[in-house]
Amino acid sequence: MPITTVLDTKIRRISILNEHGDFDAELGEGLIPDDDQVRLYEHLVVCRQYDEVAFKLQRSGRMGTYPQNKGQEATSLGAAYALRRDDWMVTCYRENAGLFWHGLPMEHILLSWMGDERGNRIPEGVYCTPLAVPIGTQMLHAAGLAWAAKYRGEDRIACTFFGDGATSEGDFHEAANFSANLDLPVIFVCQNNSWAISVPTKIQCSAPTLAQRGIAYGMECVQVDGNDIFAMVKATAEAADRARRESRPTFIEAVTYRLGDHTTADDARRYRDQDEVDAWMKRDPMIRFRRHLEDRRLWDSQKQADIQKRAEKEVAAVVKRAEEIAAPHARDMFDHMFAELPEELRVQRDTMRTSSIGQDPAQIEDAVEVTNP
Amino acid sequence: MSNLTLVQAINLALAQEMEADDRIILLGEDIGLNGGVFRVTEGLQKRFGPERVVDSPLAESGIIGTSIGLAMAGLRPIPEIQFEGFMGPAYDQICSHAARMRTRSRGAFTIPMTIRVPVGGGIHAPELHSDSPEAIYAHTPGLKIVMPSSPYDAKGLLISAIRDPDPVIFFEPKRIYRAFREEVPEDEFTVPIGKARVVTEGDEITLISWGATVVQCMNAIEKSHRSIELIDLRTIYPIDMPAIVSSVKKTGRVVIVHEASKTCGLGAEIAARITEQCFLHLEAPIQRVTGYDTIMPYYKLELEYLPESNRIGTALEEVAAY
Ligand SMILES: Cc1ncc(C[n+]2csc(CCOP(=O)(O)OP(=O)(O)O)c2C)c(N)n1
Ligand SMILES: [Mg+2]
Repeated sequence: MPITTVLDTKIRRISILNEHGDFDAELGEGLIPDDDQVRLYEHLVVCRQYDEVAFKLQRSGRMGTYPQNKGQEATSLGAAYALRRDDWMVTCYRENAGLFWHGLPMEHILLSWMGDERGNRIPEGVYCTPLAVPIGTQMLHAAGLAWAAKYRGEDRIACTFFGDGATSEGDFHEAANFSANLDLPVIFVCQNNSWAISVPTKIQCSAPTLAQRGIAYGMECVQVDGNDIFAMVKATAEAADRARRESRPTFIEAVTYRLGDHTTADDARRYRDQDEVDAWMKRDPMIRFRRHLEDRRLWDSQKQADIQKRAEKEVAAVVKRAEEIAAPHARDMFDHMFAELPEELRVQRDTMRTSSIGQDPAQIEDAVEVTNP
Repeated sequence: MSNLTLVQAINLALAQEMEADDRIILLGEDIGLNGGVFRVTEGLQKRFGPERVVDSPLAESGIIGTSIGLAMAGLRPIPEIQFEGFMGPAYDQICSHAARMRTRSRGAFTIPMTIRVPVGGGIHAPELHSDSPEAIYAHTPGLKIVMPSSPYDAKGLLISAIRDPDPVIFFEPKRIYRAFREEVPEDEFTVPIGKARVVTEGDEITLISWGATVVQCMNAIEKSHRSIELIDLRTIYPIDMPAIVSSVKKTGRVVIVHEASKTCGLGAEIAARITEQCFLHLEAPIQRVTGYDTIMPYYKLELEYLPESNRIGTALEEVAAY
């Protein structure tokens, strides 16, 4: 028998508005109504301002470690725009722009990085999940959330976000396998920003694309210019349609770049060349988007000045709200341990101690006096 | 002798052992060019090359699983898990394989691997960057668990761990990575695994701790007028019971301090052993000053969670007065 080819495949790449400002009208015309384009651009300006302010808050000691989003904002925003408000966004920690668009109040993310869990309390009716610190783990939750929607006969889908580094974790592979084999309505958005802290993507993946990882699991996949908001909207809309109508997952590799350090605890100059950063600065998603809006007479420098002013005001108000929230009380750490606090935890909370002399419930009051003289 | 931080002492131990033994390979996330997120492996890739100091893919199960293979082939891997909170994905490889391989293969395969892991809270870090899981691994038969509290011990214990024929988890208390310096001999030396250190001698109360809370205990002793014997366990498994027993026989009163939550923490094991071995010498119930049985809170409340010197001081007074 001759040797035959059992699989020969190609990976599509979507680019609509490239870094030079060229716009593919055939793909892009009518994709996003003009007034939405303006709203999206304005949102990017606000998010960039937020990112810069958050960075400064960390530097001035008003906030803990913070991961800058700078340069990647179009990826999560484009995806969020293509989702329905009641679709799940299951993110890691670099998707502020998409999360705010999806309805998460802006002070929440600040609070979390200020070391306050209350930032992770997602308000009722907002379909997103708390910060996911352990890399790669949240994709399985997206599969489960999508599965629940399917089980209940709802047409809600789940869109999960993660980095290039996260594709090395076993959980990613399990999430992809479950989603494909159980026909789950999930969108995997891999934010390939070239780096996982100091580790370049080639150490996570030696194939020419990350997108093709989807093929291995039998799901549709596509590579997208992640700094092109039009391409992100198109790819996500297609994937959402597939998820909703056929209950099939899609893998989207969004090629973008982390313009800042990994977090404020990192110094990227130790491991990457400034030339590389400079080249990507020119591919900043906001530059081309603004130029595109100007070309279409939807934008001008007056509008830019106005939105910049508004962004500063809005973000200042958000910071004020986050900083004015009364500090948590030590006892709050017990509040959400269980639906009902076991007796011994109640004693720990009421006495704020773990040593047991004086913890005979009858003596709790004495003990409280000892701890809080 | 040079005056080193804990980070520098570990870096020196790694460099010297690598120089002496080319079976040693370091692997982990960001440990190469970047020198690790805490800079513990700073300069080592440059010095020993990328074949011996390897930036791995972002996969903890992969890091430990391949280390096991390297070790089975006779090498001496020193994998790093970036933070204790990310040992989760590696749990299966650590507990289902590394801990069992010698027994499973009836001694044919051994795992001379040292897993380095920054541990504990107090550095204003995000979630899962501040936990203290040592008891989970001490509860797993087949693993040795070490946690130094000073630069000198860090160097000596790490060298012992690397040379140990069995898997050792070497927890590095990140809160004191750079908190103070200490004279550390340039030359190689070892601190034996399984031996505690009496930090201060005393005859009224035995205070037992390890890792960063040893510093809190010293602060508590400074504020107290009592005669307190502070024992730094240094090795969590195997526990140096003779050191504990001889102290308790002298004092009859015990306070155990650890950052990890209370229930099923190491304090429970130590207290049980003390009652087994010196029940008749006890003058007061053994007390534990630990983290609460809650999730380690985000950093706004971390100092409320961690056992600080005031909480330790209260327990010392109560035990003394009992
Ligand atoms: C399980 C786990 N291992 C290690 C870390 C430490 N860590 C935090 S972010 C990061 C790199 C993530 O890279 P990538 O997935 O590409 O996302 P990016 O930060 O580039 O957006 C690492 C190693 C972690 N948070 N979780
Ligand atoms: Mg990345």
